[in-house]
Amino acid sequence: MQLRYVLPLLIFVGLVILFVVGMQMDPRRVPSPLIGKPLPEFDLAQLHDQTQSLDKSMFLGEVVLINFWASWCVSCRYEHPILLEYARSGNASIYGMNYKDTRSDALNWLKEYANPYRLSAFDPEGRTGIDFGLYGVPETYVVDQKGIIRYKHIGPISQEDMKNKIEPLVEELKAQTKSN
Amino acid sequence: MMKTLRLSIIAFLFLPLVLQAEDIPFEFERADHEQRYKELVDELRCMVCQNQTLADSHAPLAQDLRNEVYRMIIEDQQKQDIVDFLVQRYGDFVLYKPPLKNTTLLLWFGPFLLLLIASAVGFSLVRSRAKVVPEELNQAQKERLRQLLDEQDSNKAS
Repeated sequence: MQLRYVLPLLIFVGLVILFVVGMQMDPRRVPSPLIGKPLPEFDLAQLHDQTQSLDKSMFLGEVVLINFWASWCVSCRYEHPILLEYARSGNASIYGMNYKDTRSDALNWLKEYANPYRLSAFDPEGRTGIDFGLYGVPETYVVDQKGIIRYKHIGPISQEDMKNKIEPLVEELKAQTKSN
Repeated sequence: MMKTLRLSIIAFLFLPLVLQAEDIPFEFERADHEQRYKELVDELRCMVCQNQTLADSHAPLAQDLRNEVYRMIIEDQQKQDIVDFLVQRYGDFVLYKPPLKNTTLLLWFGPFLLLLIASAVGFSLVRSRAKVVPEELNQAQKERLRQLLDEQDSNKAS
């Protein structure tokens, strides 16, 4: 067989491979520049008690998940049972960031679907969301004991994401400080 | 009747021009601030609908970021500071014009590389074609050619 006949076929197959791979990549999965950086400073009122505030000093020293959510967010409902199960397992606390919501809607939502969060902060303007480089809700950050962001999950967490990515990472981070 | 229909169709076609994003028009006291704002929202990408600039996008996050850009401009922050603020949070991808870095070398020079490869291929193709020299006719073929030409000449003469 002559190369000149095979070459177009090879180029075509190469292009097909490129397209197939390209179509399976999620363009929203842009690496966050905040990975490996300290959690941005924030000081928000708590959702359940607006006289109390929530800032990062309240969970420094432990591995936590920070989950941005809203009552108007449909895919938050999808990940909700998974978060709830994880919170009940007691492996790590989840802190909620209620994003661009109203207090009453948010509280009703938590009452209706149960509350997976250790504490929730209230970010009605989404200003803290911008500091976190948030695209939308839901988004979840894994933060280590020193307050460094180790992982950012965009979109709802599926059972697989929890089992294969977040749980192992949390365990790894917890083990790291024990050995230090 | 037809005329109204035609007019309304034309009006409908112009709708996209009227329906620009810019949900909340901002007021600027200084012309350079307004200029800075317009430049920025045209150069920054909306991270939700990634093929739109902040100026074009209707996404709520784009509106929030426009507010943020506006706030910083009113505080008289410089263009570079505002760009840095957003890059810090959203990464280089927020810029429509990516900075020249090791990771973006291919993005910047890839097209020129492809052009170079394409012209090299094209050039060698043209060269190889130019090299094809027609084969020399052998004695018998030359004889036959002469015969044919002679025949043609005599046909013309008659």
